[in-house]
Amino acid sequence: MGAIKSAPAAVLNEPVGSIRGGTSLVLSHIGKSFAAGAGVFLAVEDVSLTVSPGEFVAIVGASGCGKSTILRMIAGLETPDRGDIRAGGTPVAGTGLDRGLVFQEPRLMPWLTVEQNIALALQNVPWTAAQRSAVIEEHIELVGLNGFAQAFPRQLSGGMAQRVAIARGLVARPEILLLDEPFGALDALTKVRLQTELQRIWQAEAITMLLVTHDVEEAVFLADRVVVMSPRPGRITAIESVDLPRPRDRAAADFVTLKSSILAALGET
Amino acid sequence: MTAASRVNPLTGLILPVGLVAIWQIAAGTGAIDPTIWASPAAVLQQTRAALADGSLLADLAASLERDLAGLCLGIPVGLAAGTLLALSNLADRLFNPSLTAIRQVALFSWVPLISLWLGSDDTAKIAFVSYAVFFPVMLNTYQAVHGADQKLVEVGRMLCLSRIQMLRRIILPAALPGIATGVHLALIYGWLATIGAEYLFSAGPGIGSALMTGRAQFRMDMVIVGMAAIAVVGMTLNVAAGYGERRLLRSRGGAGA
Repeated sequence: MGAIKSAPAAVLNEPVGSIRGGTSLVLSHIGKSFAAGAGVFLAVEDVSLTVSPGEFVAIVGASGCGKSTILRMIAGLETPDRGDIRAGGTPVAGTGLDRGLVFQEPRLMPWLTVEQNIALALQNVPWTAAQRSAVIEEHIELVGLNGFAQAFPRQLSGGMAQRVAIARGLVARPEILLLDEPFGALDALTKVRLQTELQRIWQAEAITMLLVTHDVEEAVFLADRVVVMSPRPGRITAIESVDLPRPRDRAAADFVTLKSSILAALGET
Repeated sequence: MTAASRVNPLTGLILPVGLVAIWQIAAGTGAIDPTIWASPAAVLQQTRAALADGSLLADLAASLERDLAGLCLGIPVGLAAGTLLALSNLADRLFNPSLTAIRQVALFSWVPLISLWLGSDDTAKIAFVSYAVFFPVMLNTYQAVHGADQKLVEVGRMLCLSRIQMLRRIILPAALPGIATGVHLALIYGWLATIGAEYLFSAGPGIGSALMTGRAQFRMDMVIVGMAAIAVVGMTLNVAAGYGERRLLRSRGGAGA
């Protein structure tokens, strides 16, 4: 795993090598409402959460609990009505290259190749052409798509397209990667494979990751902590630490017990 | 396989070939007046003559040149206007109601005003053609840019693209299939407007003028040769545009968005 990362670091020196490790993420008393017909829908109410640098946190909850809204506010695509969000100590105001986002759908540009889709994320990164192509190549390798650099999105399977989206989310070297149900649309087998891949990537990149999912098993498999949310209004009801060694065995007794208790916490809401 | 595709493709030729045969026989027996109905043989002879003395090709060249000038003017303005209106709420509210109103005025009813303002030589004809192609390009660009996938635009926001980068890298490429449709329509409208302009403004070289001359001189053979030439050019433009459109979509990795 470490070997994958080593070559480009030498090529790239300063601008890339120095930004490793991820930063913290602090949400304090976040609130967000949306207009719904005549009334107002309270999507997120008084959510506070601190994510440590390099930590992997998963948010689980039923649809409509505001988990995606929280992620979109951290990404800077939505603005909270109340409270504030700090990424690496800096208040979040709009999108930024310090945060990457992987959506549920790959959202690749159909007119660009895999390589060009990933390169799109480097438009405003002040690297030389050599640095860019080295980093792009490295990330194609990181997500296991060697040989597909020149392929167009329509030539890829759903799982491969989502790998490209992950590479695009990581290539500008963000400190925090946000994942909005990234494997929700994939078949069970591909999903399990990509979860293992994501864990490997998280360990290799050592950045902060925040995953939103409705799949409790996925959360327990990947996360250091699992945040349980309940809907109407969206708020945090429980936070569970997952103190199991990686890679985790989905069939192990501890794993199953933890999964059941989180499912129970979800069910109570 | 449908029933239609199993039928011999030459079946479609029975009707036109039969009609031409009847037409030729009727002309040969003197059943129809040759000043109103030139015989197919006479049309063929006129085609050969017009090709031999170069008048047909000269007329076509003059018309195509006018068409091209009108397209070169109308298409970029239509592209720019459509993009601006789709991207700027202010521009949309300011100009769109007026443009919608102006569009209701039938194209050819502009002829008197244009000839009053610009005379009736090439300037007026080219202005007319560019006006005719402006609207299809503008409307299709407007809709395509407006309809650019917001999910992809959101990706651009995440990647911190500037407004110009967003336009160049995401919105315009996403809108390209729709814009291509507008340009395709512009080629068809432009050719129609060229013929119309030549017919309605003063005479000069051009295939539309040749039609008018033919009519004035009771030369039905000339008129029919001109009509056939117009149809061939129109068809060629249409086929070429369709081919270009398909090539464009294939070269960018798929059938549009």
